[in-house]
Amino acid sequence: MKSDRGDIELAGVCKSFDGVTNVVDGVNLKIADGAYCCFIGPSGCGKTTILRMIAGHEDPTAGEIVIGGQNVVGLAPVQRRTAMMFQSYALFPHLTVRENIAFALRVRGMSKTDRLRAADAMIEKVRLTQFADRLPAQLSGGQQQRVALARAAITEPRVLLLDEPLSALDEQLRVQMRQELRRMQQELGITFIHVTHTQLEAIALADLVVVMEQGRIKQAGAAREVYAHPHDRYVAEFMGGQNVLSGCVEKVNGASFTLAQAAPDGIEVPLQARSSINVGDKVDIAVRRDDVALVRPGKELPPGCTTSLPSRVLAIEYQGYFVKVMLDTVPDDEFIAYVPEKTFFADPFTIGDVVVATWATGSALPLA
Amino acid sequence: MQPSPAQTPPRANLAGWLYVSPLVLVLVPFFVAPILVVLLASFFATDGFGGLTPGFTLASYVEVLHSALTLKLYLATIKFTVLTWIFTLVIGFFVAYFLVFHVRSQLLAIGLFLLCTVPFWTSNIIRMISWIPLLGKEGLINQALLGLGVIRAPLEVLLFSDLAVVIAYVHQLTIFMIVPIFNSMARIDKKLIEAAIDAGASRFDIMRLIVVPMSKSGIALGTIFVVSIVMGDFFVVKVMSGGGSASVVSAFYEDVGVLQYPTAAASAVLLTLVLVAVVSLILRTVDIRQEIAR
Repeated sequence: MKSDRGDIELAGVCKSFDGVTNVVDGVNLKIADGAYCCFIGPSGCGKTTILRMIAGHEDPTAGEIVIGGQNVVGLAPVQRRTAMMFQSYALFPHLTVRENIAFALRVRGMSKTDRLRAADAMIEKVRLTQFADRLPAQLSGGQQQRVALARAAITEPRVLLLDEPLSALDEQLRVQMRQELRRMQQELGITFIHVTHTQLEAIALADLVVVMEQGRIKQAGAAREVYAHPHDRYVAEFMGGQNVLSGCVEKVNGASFTLAQAAPDGIEVPLQARSSINVGDKVDIAVRRDDVALVRPGKELPPGCTTSLPSRVLAIEYQGYFVKVMLDTVPDDEFIAYVPEKTFFADPFTIGDVVVATWATGSALPLA
Repeated sequence: MQPSPAQTPPRANLAGWLYVSPLVLVLVPFFVAPILVVLLASFFATDGFGGLTPGFTLASYVEVLHSALTLKLYLATIKFTVLTWIFTLVIGFFVAYFLVFHVRSQLLAIGLFLLCTVPFWTSNIIRMISWIPLLGKEGLINQALLGLGVIRAPLEVLLFSDLAVVIAYVHQLTIFMIVPIFNSMARIDKKLIEAAIDAGASRFDIMRLIVVPMSKSGIALGTIFVVSIVMGDFFVVKVMSGGGSASVVSAFYEDVGVLQYPTAAASAVLLTLVLVAVVSLILRTVDIRQEIAR
């Protein structure tokens, strides 16, 4: 019974190389058929190991990997109908582009004319026709990446696994190839699983972003959800764009609570999903850097803002469409405001200025 | 603007000569000069008692090329070379393959690799003599076969035969295959093997389509070592065949023994030309420089 569905379910997947520490530690995850899923985390967090276990290059120590309703643990990559695109591509250096792409068909015993025809069709799809007879060493990084993609896609896998596919490219090419990956994924209509350590890459591409730390999933969800509503301090800091503050709960009043902090009147935070909160609890909250407004001391706060944190400007970085202002609002942690360029230059600050950082009360987010 | 060679300052020129001088100092007296001497001697006439008459005659070449023995010896040498090459290649390839792809720990691989060199801690002669207790008439193999009742009389073909010659060559020269093949195989990125498995390649496919083509330079280098050593040898043939077989070099060793220097020199020049032809054929098939640069 063969299924063409490429939905994946990981159930209690563990992997240990030395029998002592789990590199992957009880991962549960469902990935829908035809989804673009990004695993993201710092190096050594187990994301590549998960990818290799789905690909069949590594066996899990415990747990099940189900693809299209079938437990694939112990099956060879071909039987799983997965294909992997390796980091730094692993193109066969002694074979031409065409032969590289036709390789999987060759070992499947397809006749020479058939496999070369199929390869040529794929070469056209990745726009490499004029390079078909070159060796990989004669191609640029971006072209090599397209060969690797074509080589993986030619067997019509139901899942394509990409191990840091863009890390070998320079910045400009990376953005370009990112779009190409997404285009290919939509064209092929299959599940893509992409491992990266670049936040921007993950949120730009993925339907499902999976943030990992030390072999565990910290948060899995849509890109916007993970970025805008991080579960905890780790995710908030890793995904970036958030200021994380911590403090003790001073009082709980209905739909919000007040956090004792450097602010004269504390920080008011809406309760949102967090229901059980008691006075005296130590809580982390996140405030988006682009939600932070800076006003001169003594001036009136913008409407909806109740918190006012007096701070000093530590550094200013011009970023084009916004200005990154670093403040000493909270001791030890960095606190940054992304001020729109026009707003900033209407009344520019200089380093050392005293300002008041504030934000609309509703935009503060309590973290787990 | 790049300075043209003519504008190179004399100081740089001097430095250049200094850089190559050690190699030149070794190569000229120990390689170029002897070859020139042999080449010259091959054109000289002889008085038959070891005396050489300077001059230019092709008589020695005519003699060597007209002798029926020359062809016979070349055929015998080629037979030894081909057999030795096939066995050392197969053994060398699989030993290297095992060391590179099946031994997980790199330290163990290096250890096993060094183990391959253990036979070289003793001299060539001892290594050959040590075959006698094994292959001889009263040797282990004959004793065992007799004891098992497989044969009634001891096998004579084991020692002092062409078989013994090939065995000794393979024993001595397999390491010359292992080393370069190991070297080129070790440089194959393991990710390529994984990529091939991912594409559905069997173990045999991987060997045929990835490992062998990517070990070509090592195979070519090993082949050059083995072929040139076997074709230039007379000692192993002499000892292991018990005098029953001869090689090209045996013939001109005999010539030297009876003071026929010009014919010996002419044979040597001929053999050198044959070897150069064989090596250039190998280099034509495999572009070693390109493979190594890869």
